[in-house]
Amino acid sequence: MSQYTNYIGKPTNRVDGPAKVTGAAKYAAEFNVPNLAYGVVVSSPIAKGKIIKVYSKPVLKIPGVLAVFSHENVPNLAWFDRNYKDDVAPGGSPFRPLHDNEVKFSQQPIALVVADTFEVARYAASILEIEYEEEDHETDIELKRTEGFMPGRGKSGWMPPPPPRGKPDKEWKKAAHRIEHEYIHGAQHHNPMEMFATTTEYHPDGSITAYDKTQGVYNAQQYISKIFGLSKKQARVVTEYMGGGFGSGLRPQYQLFMSVMAALELKRSVRVTLTRQQMFSFGHRPYTLQYVKLGTNPDGTLAALQHHALHETSRFEEYTENVVNWSGMLYQCDNVKLGYQLAELDVYTPLDMRAPGAATGSIALEIAMDEMAFEAGLDPVDFRIRNYAETDQNMKKPFSSKRLRDCYHQGAAKFGWEKRNPRPRSMRDGNMLVGWGMAGGVWDATQKKSAAKATLTADGRLEVSSATSDIGTGTYTIMTQIAAQYLGLPIEAVTFKLGDTDLPEAPLEGGSWTAASVGTAVKNVCEEMGKKLLKQAQKMKGSPLKKAKFDDVEFVNGQIRLRLDPDQAVVIRDVLQASGKEKLEAETSATPNMLKQMQHSMHSHNAVFAEVKVDEDLGTVHVTRVVNAVAAGRILNLKTARSQVLGSIVWGISMALMEETIMDHKFGRYMNHNYAEYHIPVNADVRDLQVLFVEEEDEVVNPLGVKGIGEIGLLGVAAAIANAVFHATGKRVRTLPVMIDKLL
Amino acid sequence: MNPFTYSHATAVDDAVRDKASHHDAAYIGGGTNLLDLMKENVERPTHLIGLNRLPLTKIQNDPEGGLRLGALATNADTAWHPEVEKRYPLLSQAILAGASPQLRNMATNGGNLMQRTRCYYFYDTATPCNKREPGSGCSAIGGYNRIHAILGTSQSCIATHPSDMCIALAALEAVVRVSGPNGERTIEFADFHRLPGNAPHIDNTLRPGELITGLDLPAKGFEKNYSYLKLRDRTSYAFALVSVAAALELEGNTIKDARIALGGVAHKPWRDTDVEDALKGQPATADTFRKAATQLLQGARGFGSNDFKVELAKRAIVRALKQATEMKQGPTEAFLNSNP
Repeated sequence: MSQYTNYIGKPTNRVDGPAKVTGAAKYAAEFNVPNLAYGVVVSSPIAKGKIIKVYSKPVLKIPGVLAVFSHENVPNLAWFDRNYKDDVAPGGSPFRPLHDNEVKFSQQPIALVVADTFEVARYAASILEIEYEEEDHETDIELKRTEGFMPGRGKSGWMPPPPPRGKPDKEWKKAAHRIEHEYIHGAQHHNPMEMFATTTEYHPDGSITAYDKTQGVYNAQQYISKIFGLSKKQARVVTEYMGGGFGSGLRPQYQLFMSVMAALELKRSVRVTLTRQQMFSFGHRPYTLQYVKLGTNPDGTLAALQHHALHETSRFEEYTENVVNWSGMLYQCDNVKLGYQLAELDVYTPLDMRAPGAATGSIALEIAMDEMAFEAGLDPVDFRIRNYAETDQNMKKPFSSKRLRDCYHQGAAKFGWEKRNPRPRSMRDGNMLVGWGMAGGVWDATQKKSAAKATLTADGRLEVSSATSDIGTGTYTIMTQIAAQYLGLPIEAVTFKLGDTDLPEAPLEGGSWTAASVGTAVKNVCEEMGKKLLKQAQKMKGSPLKKAKFDDVEFVNGQIRLRLDPDQAVVIRDVLQASGKEKLEAETSATPNMLKQMQHSMHSHNAVFAEVKVDEDLGTVHVTRVVNAVAAGRILNLKTARSQVLGSIVWGISMALMEETIMDHKFGRYMNHNYAEYHIPVNADVRDLQVLFVEEEDEVVNPLGVKGIGEIGLLGVAAAIANAVFHATGKRVRTLPVMIDKLL
Repeated sequence: MNPFTYSHATAVDDAVRDKASHHDAAYIGGGTNLLDLMKENVERPTHLIGLNRLPLTKIQNDPEGGLRLGALATNADTAWHPEVEKRYPLLSQAILAGASPQLRNMATNGGNLMQRTRCYYFYDTATPCNKREPGSGCSAIGGYNRIHAILGTSQSCIATHPSDMCIALAALEAVVRVSGPNGERTIEFADFHRLPGNAPHIDNTLRPGELITGLDLPAKGFEKNYSYLKLRDRTSYAFALVSVAAALELEGNTIKDARIALGGVAHKPWRDTDVEDALKGQPATADTFRKAATQLLQGARGFGSNDFKVELAKRAIVRALKQATEMKQGPTEAFLNSNP
């Protein structure tokens, strides 16, 4: 009999799919609690200055308007910065909504208008008059090139670049072939489909439940409880579903503050929903300038590598991300210098956005590698293999596993790379130039401490829970698969719950660590449950498992059975019924095995191959084909994993060809703050995409052997496309995105 | 968005009367642009007159051999109408190059003419804009103006007209039928939209209270040789950086008649009849097309981020005329026209 409860790895449909397509899945702005009031945020038209006066009076006279909150009347709240710091707050002083009369960035939330209906609140907000005194602002990083500084404080997960190794300057000068170029990419905003919203339900005892859009309910809970002086019991945060995050929900956003503040003040439930325009007001992938110098020896090995980055941050926080560090470990090179600096501008603090740092750094490094290969007369794949890093030279540690070489080979084979004519402008389709380019990337495999709970009821149903989030990636599904497999239950009998501070604590959903962290906790709690079940099974009359130890049995097909004699089995449902108990419960957590992990460098890798067709006369570029080969440990669900990588490729196309938030420095304001003018690919831009998983066995990263796939798929895509454009046209575009005007 | 009242009109006269009796009233058809503008507080009408019950949805032959498009026929119904597809394929192609299927299902023909510019500054009430607030200044001049005009600009405005459909209508020399407090009249398409001059807040030559009731397409549809070429920052659902509606009447390889209208480059669909006249009698060759393109763009100037449009427009004209001559879809066209 087949082991039908072996779910891990299988392409399994989303367990939350039916709820999503029937509308049963509720998002933050959809919880219609009784007696709800509506808050609308008024945003600053200026980038820097002082608020002189908020003319609330006329607005308060409008029937239905309940309150106008601004710095003029905001209640007394926590005083110290530490109360406003969340788990991923960068060093510095977090922005406090409605705190004082200072305007620090354009679109800063200045006031909240609350009314009985959304329509009245929106109207009142539109006529609320606010007087400002404008001050000179600085928003252009091009003018701050010489004012960069090395961040002193950083934020969790940030590593200063490793110190230089070897003689990077001398060896570069001596190199047989050399390149040095600057690479630029503008700001980008996350723009998940679902707008940020919080519905705060006010309970008669003064406690609240905040239905919030967040990638970490515990992080949001801690934020509001510290600011508003609520105990954890008094502040429950719930995020059952999320219409996309991409990192924008890592930090508590200001609608949470606004909604909770208004609810506590008015002693009434309040919902605050941001507009699409306001989605451009709270964090972005920073505008980054990069400089790369590469040199090769006559044999095509890297003689020297230098990579420097300068990106923007706000005046009040030092946002940091790992932009250049990857360049010291992706390729073998003994002479390396990496530099990283920030420049302060009058903008809001940048925010982690899918593959933060790596997505930016890999564009520069991987275009530079292509330039270097061309200069040295080498095939780009061959060049990378010649410089394959067998160990992590940054950390001086071996990799826990690394099959990047197989990604190169399998990706190239699938793409048909061997048919590539290396000469630029050599391939054509009718009047179009055809280009083939490739690139690759690396991302961290991380496990964080995580807890989970399991409840098995007499009807044979298992509920497992952990306060993680599903930002649309498939967390519900993979956790259900893991639980079903480890307890040998049919997947239909298993429910996974998440996104609620009443559930056991889980880390923020980010960094590609959720599958590894929460997945291991789910595995552990199911094993705990398994032990309890075995104990009960052994109490059964005539139990064939009487003498079995936990390691002697397996949980398969709804049974507990002896591994070596599978006919000796009991049905799990029967065990519960025989026990006379209504339910069995287990709760436990999982922590990384630091002893093992400290000795290794743990990373996922990928190689991307792209084909573009360019109409040179008109400057149009179409990405006709992409193959993305990903080595990210064990894949838990081929279907949702593939979807994640497909999404990454689409985003890579976006970064390469169209996506950029444009600031008018005269106003210090992003001008294309809407879906019409902030371009991301539409269906017609997305053609043949293929995803390959090169599976790795890795016992170091975590017991499940998963590395996470949230970020890795994005890396290399934009660079591969830019490299393909060069191969097609002979034109090297180093300021992405590659738009029509750059190719004319 | 401000509070407003709403009424349905069931007859054209009622609608016109209703409009006259309110100070800040606006007609609403599909609402695909007006609603956005109201949400952004760019337009703040206090009364909306719903037009969708008016009997103006028909598309039918007119006695002079042309085709009359009802003002309330949707863009989708128009683009896919058999007579339009057969006799005015340029118009079909242009409509289908615009917006998305969902928007085209809502948007009406009359409303398409009434679309307002997509200038970033016009849409953002935090910035000065002469079109939104006369006299406040033009932020696009000296600002970010990648999508802005290169022809017919003024010191007070460099916004563009955003429609695709109108570019084809201009090329086909459609006639706009309107009804107003003083009765009915017709407006030549070339006279319908206006250049900004020093009154950029006025987009067109409609008189107060006038309502578009229909569009008349002349008998001549250039159904044999035509092309609508649209260049933009993604393959669909983006406004034109430059678009060209090209239509030719050929005798052998000799041009008998030509129309070239440009989108994305001016405050109105841009035509130059001198250039079109000069093409008559010329051979349909790349040389001829290049000369025409150069001539058409003679007065063009960029404002920084849109400098590239001058060259792009020339190349687009040459390509569109080539496509119209050959009527063969190359690989690029397969991509650009993969929209519907």
